[in-house]
Amino acid sequence: MDSIVSAASVIAAGLAVGLAAIGPGIGQGSAAANAVEGIARQPEVEGKIRGTLLLSLAFMESLTIYGLVVALSLLFANPYVG
Amino acid sequence: MYQNSLIDFNPYNSLSAVEVGKHLYWKIGSLQLHGQVFIVSWLVIATLLTLSFLGTRNLQRIPEKFQNFMEFILEFLQDIAKNQIGEHEYRPWVPYIATLFLFILGCNWAGALIPWKLIHLPEGELAAPTNDINTTVALSLLTSLAYFYAGLSKKGLGYFARYIQPTPVLLPINILEDFTKPLSLSFRLFGNVLADELVVSVFTLLIPILIPLPVMILGLFASSIQALIFSTLSAAYIGEAMEGHGEE
Repeated sequence: MDSIVSAASVIAAGLAVGLAAIGPGIGQGSAAANAVEGIARQPEVEGKIRGTLLLSLAFMESLTIYGLVVALSLLFANPYVG
Repeated sequence: MYQNSLIDFNPYNSLSAVEVGKHLYWKIGSLQLHGQVFIVSWLVIATLLTLSFLGTRNLQRIPEKFQNFMEFILEFLQDIAKNQIGEHEYRPWVPYIATLFLFILGCNWAGALIPWKLIHLPEGELAAPTNDINTTVALSLLTSLAYFYAGLSKKGLGYFARYIQPTPVLLPINILEDFTKPLSLSFRLFGNVLADELVVSVFTLLIPILIPLPVMILGLFASSIQALIFSTLSAAYIGEAMEGHGEE
């Protein structure tokens, strides 16, 4: 039973991070595309656009980080193993 | 347990290893504290206090070099609070927002830049205090407390009318928000710092020369952004609690 739980945890950890990276990846690409278009349209507000872009990227990144936290807790702090 | 299999594959297992979750425990009565978090936190607090003290001695109308630098930082922090909370009410909250930003930035950068390996602890190792979920949860609960206090002190018990605006159908979502706000704040900061430390340590385990450097620089950048995000979001929650729905 222990090895099944371990195997399942490892698969779950891999899936957690892998799937969690899809959505924010698409979102961040879309945000960056619109930011670049904004800069191209009005180059003098590049500083503000860059600041807003970085802030938004960090928000989206945190969604992937949630998946990573789940994966880490499955690997290193698993309540069902041992 | 998985660390053992990593050590078996690694021919250099006498030189390096990765471990997660080992702490230096201090016992006070029946409570256990994570000693390594306290040690680095005290160091960061002492550094911040020393810098503030040195920056405010001999204040002059036209600031000199160090005072100028401190005023630049202060303006930056005041800007964060002013943009989120609003022109009229941001002044009392600048100390809290500024302390959050400086403490989190200090912790993250101290964990990444200072060679802690030189100090050998009996168990666990010194690293950024924010790589411990307890630290980040404590900071986000402080923010929770802060925005409750802001709302209650400004509107009294009328603050709770906020839960049924704009429509009462959103009541469960608004209540849930009170739990997800500190949860997301804490997990964002904790996940970023721990993930950066783990990536750097695994890279160092595999290829100790030169390759971990870009990842460490990325970690410095990402952790400073996270400090900014934490303080900006805290200010945004405080501003949102103090103002009515739909005002700007």
